Amino acid sequence: MNQRTPIEEQIDLPFVESLRISFQSLKIRFGRSIITTAGITLGIAFLVSVWTNNEIELALQESGRSSEITNLDESVEQGISTKDIWLIIMSLIVCVVGIANSMLMAVTERFREIGTMKCLGALDGFVVRLFLLESGFQGFAGALIGALIGLLGAVILGLKNYGLDLFFYFPLLPARPENGPFQLGVLLLILLGCIIGMILAIIGSSFPAWRAAKLPPAEAMRTEV
Amino acid sequence: MADIVVKTEDVVKEYRMGSNVLRALDGINIEIQRGEYISLMGPSGSGKSTLFNMIGALDRPTEGQVYIDGQNMSNLSQRQIAAFRCHRVGYIFQSYNLLNVRTAHGNVTLPMIFAGIPDKQRNEKAEKLLDMVGLGDRMYHLPDELSGGQRQRVAIARALANDPSIVLADEPTANLDTITGREIIDLIKQLNTQQGVTVISATHDLKMLDVSDRIVDIRDGLVERIRNREEIEIQVGEVGGHE
Ligand SMILES: Nc1ncnc2c1ncn2[C@@H]1O[C@H](COP(=O)(O)OP(=O)(O)OP(=O)(O)O)[C@@H](O)[C@H]1O
Ligand SMILES: [Mg+2]
Repeated sequence: MNQRTPIEEQIDLPFVESLRISFQSLKIRFGRSIITTAGITLGIAFLVSVWTNNEIELALQESGRSSEITNLDESVEQGISTKDIWLIIMSLIVCVVGIANSMLMAVTERFREIGTMKCLGALDGFVVRLFLLESGFQGFAGALIGALIGLLGAVILGLKNYGLDLFFYFPLLPARPENGPFQLGVLLLILLGCIIGMILAIIGSSFPAWRAAKLPPAEAMRTEV
Repeated sequence: MADIVVKTEDVVKEYRMGSNVLRALDGINIEIQRGEYISLMGPSGSGKSTLFNMIGALDRPTEGQVYIDGQNMSNLSQRQIAAFRCHRVGYIFQSYNLLNVRTAHGNVTLPMIFAGIPDKQRNEKAEKLLDMVGLGDRMYHLPDELSGGQRQRVAIARALANDPSIVLADEPTANLDTITGREIIDLIKQLNTQQGVTVISATHDLKMLDVSDRIVDIRDGLVERIRNREEIEIQVGEVGGHE
C-alpha cells in the first residue's frame, strides 16, 4: 500500500470486457429485458405491418388483381395513397415514442446500479457504452421479433382480402425501385425495421444513460424508483 | 509527524431545492491518521452521510477542500477520481449496494475488472476474499439469494478487492440484527487491526463504540466534539449499565 504516490489515471476497459459485462447483465435480467424489449417489438410490429400491407396492396394493384377483387375506392388509382403515407408516418412516430419511453424507464430504474459502478471505478464513458451495447442488442432482437409479427399480421390481412393470390404477387423484392421507401420489397423492409428498432433503442437509452453517468455517484445512488 | 490520510478543510455542502438552501455541512475540519478506526456519530440528518460522500469523492463539496494522502481532491481529473475510487477506497453501504445482476463472485471481481487485473488473478483473489468473509460456499449466488448479513459480507469483500488504504462504511449494520451486526463490526475491525486499513464509519450503532479509536460527533453539519479511546471506554461502561 504505497500511499504517497500521486493518484494515477483510470484505464479504459477493453471492448471485450464491456461486451461480457453487458451480456451477463442481459442474461440475468432476462425477464426484465423482455418487458423493455416488448415496447420495441410492438412499435416495430406496427410499423412493419402497416408498411408490408401497403406493399402488398401496391403489388396487387399493379398486377391488376386488386381492383377485381376489392372494389375499394382508393385502390383504383395507382401508387401510394396519402392515407397510407400518413399511416406509415404515424406508425413511425408511435414506434419512436414507444421505444424512447421503454428505454428511459429501463435506464431510470438502474440509476443506483450506475452510481454503484462509479463507486467501484467505472468511467462515465464505460457506463454509457454498457447501456449502448445492451440497448443495441435488445433493440435488434426486439425489432426482429416485431418485424416478423408485423409481417405475419400483414400476410393474414392480405389473405383475407386477396385470398391465395397474395402469394403469387407477394412483393418479396423491390418491384419498382424508383418508388423509393414505399416499394422496397418485404425482405428489405424487415431488415430496415430491425435497423430502425436498434437505432431508436440506442438513441433512446443514450441520452438518459449519459445523464445518469454524469451524475456524482452519491446522487445517482439516492434515486429510488 | 503523524501520517494523515484524510484531512478536511472547512468543508461546506449545501443542497439547493428550489429557492431553499440546506446547509448539510457547515465547515467541517477533521484529520484522520493512517490505520485509525473512526466512527462518525450523530442524530439522523446531522450530515454523516454527506461527509462520507465528500471524503469518498462521491460528491463535491460546495466550499472547502478534502485532502486524501496529501492530494487535494478538487484538483483531480475525472480519470483520476475514477482511479481513486477504484484503488484507494472501499465503500460499504447500509443497503449493501450490490449489483443484482452479478453473483457474489461477480460483484467482487468488478472493481478488479475496472482496475485491469487479468482474469485468472482476479478470480483467485475474489475467491480468497469471499473465503475470508466466510462465504466460500456461496460464491456463485446472486445477491437476491443471500441474507442481509451475507450481502454485507460480499460488500466487504468487494470493498477490499483492490487493497484500498481506506474503508468507508455508511451505517453498515443498520439493516442487520444485533448478532449479525456484531459479526460485521468484528470483521471490519479485523481488517483494521490485521491489515492496517483506515476505517471511517458513520453509525448509530453503539456496538461500534468499543472498536473505535476515536469518535467524531456530528451535529447540524458541525463537528461537536471528538472523543478518543479512553473517554469512550468509560461511556461504554455506562451504556452497558443501562441495558
Ligand atoms: N441530495 C440531497 N438533496 C437535498 N438534501 C439532502 C440531500 N442529501 C442530504 N440532504 C439533507 O442534508 C442533511 C444531512 O443529511 P445526511 O444524509 O448527511 O444525514 P445523516 O447524518 O447521514 O442522517 P442518517 O443518520 O439519517 O443517515 C439532511 O437534512 C438531509 O435532508
Ligand atoms: Mg446517513
